[in-house]
Amino acid sequence: MPTLATADTAGRIAQLEQIIEDLLQEAKRRGASAAEAMVSNTAGLDVAVRLGEVETVEHTRDHGLGISVYFGHRKGSASTSDLSPGAVRDAVKQACSIATHTQEDRCAGLAPADLMATAVPDLDLSHPWDISVEEAVRLAIACEDAARGADPRILNSEGASFSTTSGLSVYGNSHGFVGGYPSTRHELSCAVVAKEGESMQRDYWWTTARAPEDLEPAVAVGRRAAERTVGRLNARRIGTCEVPVLFHADVATGLLRSFAGAISGGNLYRHTSFLLDKLGEPIFPSFVRIYEEPHRLRGLGSAPFDGDGVATAPKDLVTDGVLQTWLLDHYSACRLGLTTTGNAGGARNLSIALGSDNREAMIRRLDRGLLVTSLMGQGVKMITGDYSRGAAGFWVENGEIQYPVEEITIAGNLTDMFKGLVAVGNDYDFASSITTGSWLIDRMTVAGE
Amino acid sequence: MSDTLAIARSQILAPVGLDDGHLERLVGALHSPAIDAADVYFQSSRLQSWVLEDGIIRDGTFNIEQGAGLRAIAGEKTGFAYSDELGFPALTQAAEAARAIAGAGSEGSVRTGTMPAVARLYQPLNPIESLDDSDKIALLQRVDEEARRADPRVKQVIANLVAVQDTILVIADDGRMSADVRPLIRLSVSVVVEADGRREQASSGGGARRDLSYFLEGDRALGFAREAVRQALVSLEAGPAPAGTMTVVLGAGWPGVLLHEAVGHGLEGDFNRKGTSAFAGRIGERVAAPGVTVVDDGTLPERRGSLSVDDEGTPTSCTTLIEDGVLSGYMQDRLNARLMGMSATGNGRRESYAHLPMPRMTNTYMLAGDKDPEEIIASVDNGLFAVNFGGGQVDITSGKFTFSASEAYLIENGKVGRPVKGATLVGNGPDVLTRVSMIGNDLRLDDGIGTCGKDGQSVPVGVGQPTLRVDGLTVGGTAG
Repeated sequence: MPTLATADTAGRIAQLEQIIEDLLQEAKRRGASAAEAMVSNTAGLDVAVRLGEVETVEHTRDHGLGISVYFGHRKGSASTSDLSPGAVRDAVKQACSIATHTQEDRCAGLAPADLMATAVPDLDLSHPWDISVEEAVRLAIACEDAARGADPRILNSEGASFSTTSGLSVYGNSHGFVGGYPSTRHELSCAVVAKEGESMQRDYWWTTARAPEDLEPAVAVGRRAAERTVGRLNARRIGTCEVPVLFHADVATGLLRSFAGAISGGNLYRHTSFLLDKLGEPIFPSFVRIYEEPHRLRGLGSAPFDGDGVATAPKDLVTDGVLQTWLLDHYSACRLGLTTTGNAGGARNLSIALGSDNREAMIRRLDRGLLVTSLMGQGVKMITGDYSRGAAGFWVENGEIQYPVEEITIAGNLTDMFKGLVAVGNDYDFASSITTGSWLIDRMTVAGE
Repeated sequence: MSDTLAIARSQILAPVGLDDGHLERLVGALHSPAIDAADVYFQSSRLQSWVLEDGIIRDGTFNIEQGAGLRAIAGEKTGFAYSDELGFPALTQAAEAARAIAGAGSEGSVRTGTMPAVARLYQPLNPIESLDDSDKIALLQRVDEEARRADPRVKQVIANLVAVQDTILVIADDGRMSADVRPLIRLSVSVVVEADGRREQASSGGGARRDLSYFLEGDRALGFAREAVRQALVSLEAGPAPAGTMTVVLGAGWPGVLLHEAVGHGLEGDFNRKGTSAFAGRIGERVAAPGVTVVDDGTLPERRGSLSVDDEGTPTSCTTLIEDGVLSGYMQDRLNARLMGMSATGNGRRESYAHLPMPRMTNTYMLAGDKDPEEIIASVDNGLFAVNFGGGQVDITSGKFTFSASEAYLIENGKVGRPVKGATLVGNGPDVLTRVSMIGNDLRLDDGIGTCGKDGQSVPVGVGQPTLRVDGLTVGGTAG
């Protein structure tokens, strides 16, 4: 079975590589000096159940092709969901036609040939799951049943969903680089509704993984969804105050995302980052290390090469609190007079070094303040670092949770919040391409009654 | 309207050799005695986008997308499959996968019917071809020049012009065919300003279901450039926003995102059928102050959120959601309308053929009141005047919502005072509108840039409202 699957995968990758080759040929024939293309094809199954019954069964099947052509330093792009030879030729033609109108941009073009990945390491990202609709339904129902049975106050449900996708993607460019790999992703999630008196609350939980055996058990996912939902019942508002704020680990991922956005090439060359000019400077306390591991086996964010065909490699972004590097693709690097860091497509498997305290110890450390378990709205301004978001969570006194809170905001500035990071917990217990424990921030403004 | 059907046939069906006989067999293949409803949704979409940055046209892209989504519904169960290959064998296979939801059974048979007459809300044109590419480029360059001319503190201008033609054809299980040819254009301008080491960014823009000459009328495009610069310069002067619960005056137009979040989503049929909305079972109850009337209107000519027919072929309508403060209606697609014993309201929308339709908003707005906007400001001793917003979000079950102000001023002693930084506002959907104490006579709709996300599906929408005084919204600033 593994050999067969591999042989089949190799054959299908070869097919996509052929499409890329034809497409690059066609671009050349039309006079393009360089070209690059990405082709993908995925198939999957999505099942949703609600109150113990099937709600939807979706069979998904997507194709995609994106091409960019360069006439010297003029660029044109096109994309299509149709991979037939005629459509592919048409996409090339459209991209070339666009390039007759775009203007000379000295940075438009492929990344340097000597930076192309020389090997495509197997990162163990593909574990197809040939699950039947019936089995998928049983799994989703088991998950929802566990949630509904966990507490008598769970009186309604938005249901549970199972999805599995299996795909191939191949990138190639006119340097002669072509690389592709298969990947899979499986996911189970559940959202339920609890009622008590006038209070009605909803929350959810999920698990996702490259391989079926790495998913959390369905029952565990359901119970956690129920626990989170019931925990929100009878939430109150609190008065406006300035207090320490503990970001629960799964919402702390958003802070790392903001950090990664602020050191990304696009925001740097456009001068729209609050971390402009901060390379080599302390932006976090000295205990903080932030790093990326693009080659982590089975990692949700893993990739052997980036969107420019450049090899990815593990690196520290922050060491001892000091900013070590930007996240650059070839274009933004050129705009900044630097070299790409292999981050076309962003940071991959971004992690912050975990501390030693578990969740309870982090709450004791918080002592008196707000534990945030859910955030709403946008409210992060990348150019200034100004931060203001809707929040819900728990009020903590004497190191213990007192009661749930909602309809409040938390506000501050990311520059101060990063510097004011007191501790990171070891309570990383969810599936995400971002690894973090909870974050204790020394002070933020909480707006309420 | 039969011309849209002719266009859809020639754009989508003819190139792949599909005729009415094929369509009848496909719908028949979806059907069985256990199936309550079924449809086939064909879509062909063309998008062209140009990006100007640093004074040059940096990139352009052309996107072609087409496919068909096939759906079979039995009770509350939906089977769905889609295909980006439009050949008959691929579609038949998708029909079989979708229909498996109802178990085995004999296939049904249908005859395609004619398309019902529908009011035309926009021309069935292709906006991509409505202006020469060189004129599109020139338009973006004028926008760039206008922004830079407006103030020397402008350091960066990004302008994006997008034109889309979306053609759809739906065949329902009763053989009814509906088609729509939907033009959509959008121009957005984002600027970065810098002074004394402080940098700020703001954006503006607009759009419609029109041809691109829309942006040339009355120098509309240049107006967006000036507006983005104006907002960014206001931000440069802004101090910390207040924190706490206070009286907030919301400006007319885009601040109507309040309605979209606070009540709109909570009144979508699916959440109410399932009883997961904070508004479930509350039709006939007071949910807003007297004088507050909120509608969802998909029939406004050429608006971004409008549709001649929705994605299930139902003609759109103007649905009253709240009438004089009392909850009066939900927005419905066919599935939820049938299960709730109500009528479909033309709100069944989907992002594309690869997504299932669900109840979605179109243009959601509050009708005008009788107060002069200046009188509303003058009535507030201390509060916030919020005139521009980013997006928002709502938890439909608890009813709590947020929306983020990007331009706001303090109100002191009935006068608009100093500008404050953007801040997120939070409130409770089922009661926020009961706190509306004054309604302006200046109803305005937004400029046509809104996009709404739900369950991972994005669709274009509109919002609007007159100037409103709300007594008690929580403002998430940093100043105590």
